[in-house]
Amino acid sequence: MRKIWMLIQRYRFFLILFAVNILLLFAAPEIGKNSFTVTKENFLEMISILPPIFVLLGLLDVWVERETMMKYMGKDAGIKGAVIAFIMGSAAAGPLYVSFPIAGMLLKKGVNLKNVFIFVGAWSTTKIPMILFEASNLGWRYMLLRLVCNVIGIAAIAVILEKSTPDAERDAIYEMAKDQ
Amino acid sequence: MFTYFLYGAAGGLLLLSFTKDKQKTFMVLKKAWRSFENILPQFLCILLIIGMMLSVLDADAISHLLGRESGVLGMAIAAVFGSITLIPGFVAFPLAASLLKAGAGYGQITMFITTLMMVGIVTLPVEMKFFGRRTTIKRNLFAFIYAVCVSLIIGGVIG
Repeated sequence: MRKIWMLIQRYRFFLILFAVNILLLFAAPEIGKNSFTVTKENFLEMISILPPIFVLLGLLDVWVERETMMKYMGKDAGIKGAVIAFIMGSAAAGPLYVSFPIAGMLLKKGVNLKNVFIFVGAWSTTKIPMILFEASNLGWRYMLLRLVCNVIGIAAIAVILEKSTPDAERDAIYEMAKDQ
Repeated sequence: MFTYFLYGAAGGLLLLSFTKDKQKTFMVLKKAWRSFENILPQFLCILLIIGMMLSVLDADAISHLLGRESGVLGMAIAAVFGSITLIPGFVAFPLAASLLKAGAGYGQITMFITTLMMVGIVTLPVEMKFFGRRTTIKRNLFAFIYAVCVSLIIGGVIG
């Protein structure tokens, strides 16, 4: 009984939103139905990419030493770490919010803030299949111009974010990552 | 295609892990499940919010609002839509292409695409779980400022 109550607690926002969507089904059937269709499609897409991503996360957590990750992507890794972060983010699949748990794991493994934000930035905009799709829709000139801006912009955002984060806050972020 | 690659990599490595150490592999799966379940409530909420939002604001509605506007007002509307809504790239780029045909400028659609991908108001709670409140807000703010810069640049060069 207690367990069920805890489960309801954890999923309360989801249950509320679900109820709202059902109400919508009665108030505005067209929109409500449409909404459930979109949600179902997105859910199926998400559930198809998440299992391998979380298994890879688990493998990384268990098999890769914190020291190894730090050597390649930590504070002292220099430009090498940034390049690895860029490639990791660009080789990804899935919406941006999927990148956050992975970023959490990178933090847990001692990757420095700048490289974590480069990873998130690359995931958001320089994903390879997306770039190709962008070129076919909006032209190569547009895609290349945006890509050049994006690479500079992502690096700039990552550097500014790292520099502007006080030590205490950085420590708090790493502390949070330990519990993941 | 990338999804298959992910499955291949995860499956192969998991098998390798199993042949090396059964105990550890069991731990891998336990951890994988735990971190998945940890984030599942938020993911489900996001999916429902996106679903409801996209059913009200479909492609027609957005192109109606953005297509006819131009200049600063169009930019502002693009920024608001892009920041709140989350549309997968496979929908966003064709939509951007049709917005161009409907009369929107390169500046506006760049603003729309960039904020769409980098700024996420709906996903703030998930992001905060990993980066904390202040850093999350800062990241989104910087991404927003960057979106303004890049759309001015691209609007100037191509538009």
